Amino acid sequence: MVSAFGNPFDALFALQHALEANLASDWLGAGTAGLGTFPPINVFQQGDDFVAVVELPGVDKESLNLEAKENTIRVAGRKAIEYDATASIHRRERLSGVFDRTLSVPIRIDPSAIRAELRDGVLALFIPRAESDKPRRINIG
Amino acid sequence: MAAAQEVQVQQKREVEQKRESMVPTRVFVPVTDIFETDQALTVVLEMPGVERDSVSVELDDGVLTIEGRINFAKYDGLQPVYTEYNIGNYARSFHLSRDIDQARIGAELKDGVMTVTLPKAEKAKPRKIPVN
Repeated sequence: MVSAFGNPFDALFALQHALEANLASDWLGAGTAGLGTFPPINVFQQGDDFVAVVELPGVDKESLNLEAKENTIRVAGRKAIEYDATASIHRRERLSGVFDRTLSVPIRIDPSAIRAELRDGVLALFIPRAESDKPRRINIG
Repeated sequence: MAAAQEVQVQQKREVEQKRESMVPTRVFVPVTDIFETDQALTVVLEMPGVERDSVSVELDDGVLTIEGRINFAKYDGLQPVYTEYNIGNYARSFHLSRDIDQARIGAELKDGVMTVTLPKAEKAKPRKIPVN
C-alpha cells in the first residue's frame, strides 16, 4: 500500500469519505446520551459478533463504568493524572478529566453476554449478536 | 464543587520518517508529559496496547529513545466496521538537557502509560535500561 500522499487532493477526498462514512454509519448514531467524543472507538466484526476496541490509557478498572442496555453500550469514567505539586512541568500533552460516551449498536445484542477486557490501557468489548438476530437457514422443501 | 473537566480526543500524530521502513507499519507519536523535580526528570508517555515486553527504552549520547510495539496478531480475524482512531506502533526521542545517572534509570508500564524516571547525576556511558 502506498503510504505517501502524492496528490494533495487525496487527503481532501480521504477526509470527505471519512466524514460521509461517519454520517452514514449505523454505529454511534447521533443523539447519544453521552457527553462528548472521548474515548475514540473502533468497531470490528468477528464472524457474527462484534468487537469494540477503545483506547483508555491510564484508566484502570475502578475508574471505568460500563453499562449495556437494549442496543446501547455506555462507556463512562474518569481519567486521572496526578503529579507532584513541587514538580516543574516542561511539557504537558496528556489530557485528563471525565468521559461519558454511549455507543449505539445497529444489531440486536444480548446485553447479559457482553464480555469486557481492560488490558494495557485498551478496553475490548466482545458484543455477541443475539440468537434471534442471526439469520436462519430456510430449507427448500 | 465545579464539574470536572471533560476529556478531549487527541488525534494521533504520525512520526515523520526520515527513512522508509521495510515493513509498512505506521508509527505514531505518543502523548507525553515531562516534568522535573530536584531528584529526577520524569517522562510519562501514553502507549495504549503496548505490552511490557514490546517496549524499549534507550539512552545513547544524550538522546532518550522510547519505542513501543503493538501486537497486531490480536486483530487477526477482525474486520473493521467503524473506525475512529488509528492503530500503530509508538516512538519518540528526546535530547536530554540534564546529565542523568544512567545506572539508576527506572521505567514502569501500567495501563498503557509508560513512566521513565531519570535521576539527575553526572554523565556516563550509554546503555540499555530494563523495564519493570
